Amino acid sequence: MFSSLSKLGRYRALIQTLVVRDLKARYRGSVLGFFWSFFNPALLLFIYTFVFTKVLPSSHPASMEPFALFMFCGILPWTWFSSSLLESSNTLIAGGNLIKKVMFPAEVLPIVTVLANMVHFFLGLPILAAFVLYYQRPIDPVELLWLPVIVLVQLVLTTGLAFFLSALTVHFRDLKDLLGNILTLWFFATPIIYSLDMAPQDMRWWLNINPMTHLMRSYQDVLFFEGSFGHQGWLLALGIGSIVVFLAGYFVFDRLRDSFAEEV
Amino acid sequence: MKPAIDVVNVSKVYRRYARRRQFATLKSALLDGSLLGDLKPDETFQALRNVSFSVPKGCTYGVIGSNGSGKSTLLKCVAGITRPTEGSVTVDGRISALIELGAGFHPEISGRENIFINGIMLGLTKEEIQRRFDEIVEFAEMQDFIDAPVKTYSSGMYMRLGFAVAIHVDPEVLLVDEVLAVGDQSFTHKCLDKFSEFRRRNKSILLVTHSLDLVEKFCDEAHWLDKGVSKGDGDPKRVVAAYVINVEDSEENTLAKAESARVAESAKNVTSAPDVASGFSQTDATQEAPLNPVDDGESVKDGFKSTEGRWGTREIEIAQVSISGPDGESGHVFQSGDDIQVRMVVTAKEAITDFVFGLGLFNADGVCVYGTNTNLEEFQPSAIDGEGTVTFAIDRLDLVEGTYRLDLAVHKADGYPYDYHRLLYTFRIKSKVRDVGIYRPAHRWTFGGGITFKGEA
Repeated sequence: MFSSLSKLGRYRALIQTLVVRDLKARYRGSVLGFFWSFFNPALLLFIYTFVFTKVLPSSHPASMEPFALFMFCGILPWTWFSSSLLESSNTLIAGGNLIKKVMFPAEVLPIVTVLANMVHFFLGLPILAAFVLYYQRPIDPVELLWLPVIVLVQLVLTTGLAFFLSALTVHFRDLKDLLGNILTLWFFATPIIYSLDMAPQDMRWWLNINPMTHLMRSYQDVLFFEGSFGHQGWLLALGIGSIVVFLAGYFVFDRLRDSFAEEV
Repeated sequence: MKPAIDVVNVSKVYRRYARRRQFATLKSALLDGSLLGDLKPDETFQALRNVSFSVPKGCTYGVIGSNGSGKSTLLKCVAGITRPTEGSVTVDGRISALIELGAGFHPEISGRENIFINGIMLGLTKEEIQRRFDEIVEFAEMQDFIDAPVKTYSSGMYMRLGFAVAIHVDPEVLLVDEVLAVGDQSFTHKCLDKFSEFRRRNKSILLVTHSLDLVEKFCDEAHWLDKGVSKGDGDPKRVVAAYVINVEDSEENTLAKAESARVAESAKNVTSAPDVASGFSQTDATQEAPLNPVDDGESVKDGFKSTEGRWGTREIEIAQVSISGPDGESGHVFQSGDDIQVRMVVTAKEAITDFVFGLGLFNADGVCVYGTNTNLEEFQPSAIDGEGTVTFAIDRLDLVEGTYRLDLAVHKADGYPYDYHRLLYTFRIKSKVRDVGIYRPAHRWTFGGGITFKGEA
């Protein structure tokens, strides 16, 4: 397993090319092209702003105003996470031609999926930054240094899960449909449209074992809430957990690798 | 010297899972908590069984065999796309596999970008592709379209581009799976030239193909696979010849089986009333037609359209039919120019004085090649009683390659059918010469003056 893991480095050029291809191909043919990567999150933000200020001016505490911005801090990374998993569950099947007909390192496919979605996440960040400036939120530049760490943890975690899902979906196609529902549940089980502090005490324990809770809380701490970043401990633990998930996911992927060409 | 490809005792077993079984496995796998080890196949299919061979450097090695004989599986094992269940495959040097051309092309982006992506997938670096780019485009004859998205390409362009990229990877070992049929004549020639160039540079080619000509002309060695089992390897001419004989044998079996099924089926039908009626009406149209090819065109055509079947009163019955070739043994596959005998065993329930034996020969398009009967050839029937045999001998059946069918009949001089077998008997004519038409008159070419041919004195 570790020998094939070490080969990953050699596929750098391939991964890079495929990510670029993915991004280029996604908006090819549409009028606005690449700008959709900016517009999509911007439009999303407008919709949430409208819903939560006009339609549902709900009862969230004052510390969470502007509520749309708060949600946006969570939804942006969540979209990266959930689309990565959804797409990676299908990526080996969609790339079946490559696996069956060309000597192709299959693990490149889920990695490319996660990375391409990460680029979309990055393209959403300027929109987020623009709104942070618009609302004149106080941002501590030192806290911002945590952002790359949070992103890295999410990248490792997501890639690990993507390995796991892409390999298993080849054998159990049901996972694809199951996953959509699991992700919806997972979304609401993660403090994204509410904050961890709003959750009732007896739910806290459940929320705390959800790895995404700590990722989202970290994003919110750095990008939204005032005061110093107070989630380092959890983030560190999650970082270690993510590495374990990554290795386990790759282990499963490597074990099932030989079956891909036949089962895809 | 180390061989380029070394295949030792390779077996490949494919596992098949039934749908229902798959669900059961997911459930049980979840329940047992063991997603990995527990997959048990419903049935297995052995695609390759103990295949061994080695390809020396610089050798062009052809693999032939019928559909489903495991050729492509073998190629995939060599390419490293699938791992053999048993045995080992070692390949020395960079491999490029022309298995599916343009696999991995993205339809939305341009040919230019796809060349880079495809090249990187096949193991080139950006700089290497940059250096070969013009050559690739020129080889694919794509100069005008290289910046158009690949989805706008015709399938020929798509294949050509895929081929061009794969061949410019400059591999030590090239694996080719039946891809030469992609282009027009001139492109095919270009591909063959490229292969020759490979040979000159001492690179190895493993070629899987149905084109026996190509194997004979092009390969240094050939390997024949049949149902996953190696049936022999060595000199291409010898291997191809052995394979061709085997194919004829199996065609023979197929034809024989189909024919006996057809004869049995029509024998069953003949007793039921509506069939007899339709039999008669058909006979009205055909009574003279197939056996009187000189008759007027219209009724002849109608007769030819009628499908296979059997009808008649069976006062005289054609009990047994056999077609035999030069060796005197009954068969279904003959060479063009063979002497053929059609034998019928007929039985009459009582003495009959009015009878005509006839025969019609049709090609696969339903064109009557020849038809005759004893009445046309002015045999005067005197009597048939009990069992007798009729033999129709053709000294040279000079037909071009194809499948042919026979009508056999015994009827009254006015067409009233005793037993009419319509298109029930099939045989195949094989020929080394790929001439066209139906009939091959015995012929020879002579040349005089300044005309010479290679290999002629």
